[in-house]
Amino acid sequence: MRFFEYEARQIVEEAGIPVTKYGFTRSAEEAAQIAKDIGGPTVIKSQVLTGGRMKAGGVKFADTPDEAAAHAAAILELEINGHMPKGVLVDPKAEVKQEYYASVVWDGTRKQPMMLFSDMGGIDIEEVAETHPDHVGRGHYSNLLPVSDFQAKQTIAATGVTGRALTRLTPILARLARLFQERDLTLAEINPLAELSDGSFVALDAHMEMEDEARPRQKELLAKLEIEDDDTRESHEPSPFEAAVSAIDAADHRGVIQGKDTGFEGNLGLVIGAGGGSLTLTDAVRSQGGSPANYSEIGGNPSVAKACGLAKLVLQKDGVEKIAVMMSIVSNTRVDIVARGVIKACLELDKDPGETIAIFRIPGAWEEEGFKILDKYGIEYCDRSVSMHEAARRAVGNVQDEGVAEPKAERG
Amino acid sequence: MSILIDENTTFIVQGITGREAVSLTRECLDYGSKIVGGVTPGRKGRVVHGVPVFDTVEQVVEHDGGNVPDGSVVTVPPGFTKDAVFEAIEAGVKLIVIVTERVPRRDVAQMVELANLRGARIIGPNCLGLVVPGVAKMGGIGGPARNTGQAYQPGSIGVMSRSGGMTTEISSTLTAAGMGVSTAISIGGDAIIGSAYAELMPLFEADEQTKAIVIYTEPGGRMEAQLAEWVAENDSRLPIVAFMAGRFMDDEAMKGMSFGHAGTIVEGKEDTAAEKIARLQEAGIPVVERIDEIPAAVKEKLAERSAA
Repeated sequence: MRFFEYEARQIVEEAGIPVTKYGFTRSAEEAAQIAKDIGGPTVIKSQVLTGGRMKAGGVKFADTPDEAAAHAAAILELEINGHMPKGVLVDPKAEVKQEYYASVVWDGTRKQPMMLFSDMGGIDIEEVAETHPDHVGRGHYSNLLPVSDFQAKQTIAATGVTGRALTRLTPILARLARLFQERDLTLAEINPLAELSDGSFVALDAHMEMEDEARPRQKELLAKLEIEDDDTRESHEPSPFEAAVSAIDAADHRGVIQGKDTGFEGNLGLVIGAGGGSLTLTDAVRSQGGSPANYSEIGGNPSVAKACGLAKLVLQKDGVEKIAVMMSIVSNTRVDIVARGVIKACLELDKDPGETIAIFRIPGAWEEEGFKILDKYGIEYCDRSVSMHEAARRAVGNVQDEGVAEPKAERG
Repeated sequence: MSILIDENTTFIVQGITGREAVSLTRECLDYGSKIVGGVTPGRKGRVVHGVPVFDTVEQVVEHDGGNVPDGSVVTVPPGFTKDAVFEAIEAGVKLIVIVTERVPRRDVAQMVELANLRGARIIGPNCLGLVVPGVAKMGGIGGPARNTGQAYQPGSIGVMSRSGGMTTEISSTLTAAGMGVSTAISIGGDAIIGSAYAELMPLFEADEQTKAIVIYTEPGGRMEAQLAEWVAENDSRLPIVAFMAGRFMDDEAMKGMSFGHAGTIVEGKEDTAAEKIARLQEAGIPVVERIDEIPAAVKEKLAERSAA
């Protein structure tokens, strides 16, 4: 999950890393008051979970509290990349002497966290790494031993930074490294980390992401930031289909179902599983010329009601003509139960299962029982001797035949 | 021969009294695996399919006359996984298969680092374990013994997969093609796992039974790039064929979303399916588009090698 900048700053501040005297608000009047308290020029920054704020006009400078209020009012109404801001951050306009970059990320190959530091802050670090590799310092550190300041010092010194800057920056990077671990972050970035004209070193912007899996043990922090359990910070709002699938999944502990339809607009509904099988089958349908209406995952051993619920939601999606029920070879999922579930879904929607299910391909334990039920309803099915891609091809063919026989009326 | 486990391998199941653990214990025993004990704190004295349950790993060792089991299958909930794995490693267990899903990355990294210090190896988390066809299996891979037997026949191909289910689908395809499987490993679907492809390659390299490798890959992470680097740096005798799932995730509309496994989240430009396919192919690893193309691709690579 990603934190808003004002939350990230609070996290940084609590870790002992200096920040400017900023304020967060959801109202223009309050923005004026914060600007007044700060005294002097301010920066008004949109609080959205997306990049490119500056370009989109989400960051504006103000000389007076009135101007701050006007900018805040405009920014609060400004949608950026499909996101409405949660509020604005009012920050003193800092007089910057030098900008630095500091972050910690996971190195999945080394399986250790890695500190990144640059004396060329304020710009995209990947660009700096490409154009000025000698200005980027990297330092891995142990997952088991406490982080020592010298590790941060080495990382900074590798870029040629020395003198007072080195001694002032070292504890900041070391604290960021500790923070990364203590808070289960997957990204902890301060950019820019600035030396101001008064000689102080402060974080002027912070970007933090925390691992979803760690939310249960970071409850205290999340409560302090007033982040509710249902605030999942997904990159997009769940669609009605996605929300409905989640609700069905949550209502019954047996098996797991997931469904997504953001970005899918096809006519072939997919009732598929499990993790890797769903990825493979979605690709397979597309490579065979089909157009999936959704993505889904059946995992574990779901009840008839759960399989039925998923299939019904897929069938009720706009534009869905048929569903393909397919999985890679399963070992725990009861094939007959899934068969019962999808047939029930068709019947409850007054659809003929034999016509509606374009293909059924779930090989595994209990397949004989499943095949008996499928035979009864005249549903086309296959076993493991038919590959996942061949099954997808048949499903796509069955949908397209249908399209030829009954052409859909063109919208006038 | 095989890698990691053989007919003599002994192991324990941590969290053995859980519902899924009970069935995987049954499945492994039926398949011929040697499970010497189970651990669930507070459940000492119980018996699961004939396997005695203890409170600690130390008690299992004591009960077994001081013999440390070769491996452990860890199925405890995510909040307790790290402690269970540390317990096994500190007891001297050298092969740990972590089945549990949703273990935070920091915990995984800590377990892997301790394992490295103690000379132990971790497979997973979020995996189904591994199987040596006809010999033994460690974890729920392949399901009930009868079904495992149907999909996995002994042969010459090593299989590594980020998806547990697809390990079986691919192995079944190899079995149907008469090629069979030497050892198949579900390596886990998370962003950080104990053993990535490149880290298992030296073991397959040393295994005479294995003549070629098939991998199942997905978007997210750098482990395919790491494998490509390993291939470039090592003059391996083993041809590799890859299958890449999740190509649709490269679409603009899917940006920032993860599908299938936690590890599929694309965090950098090297993580996309297209980028990985290019990298693997550059390293001489063909990336097939369909599972049913795998046997022919493997045969072709083997023929190339023997002609050279």
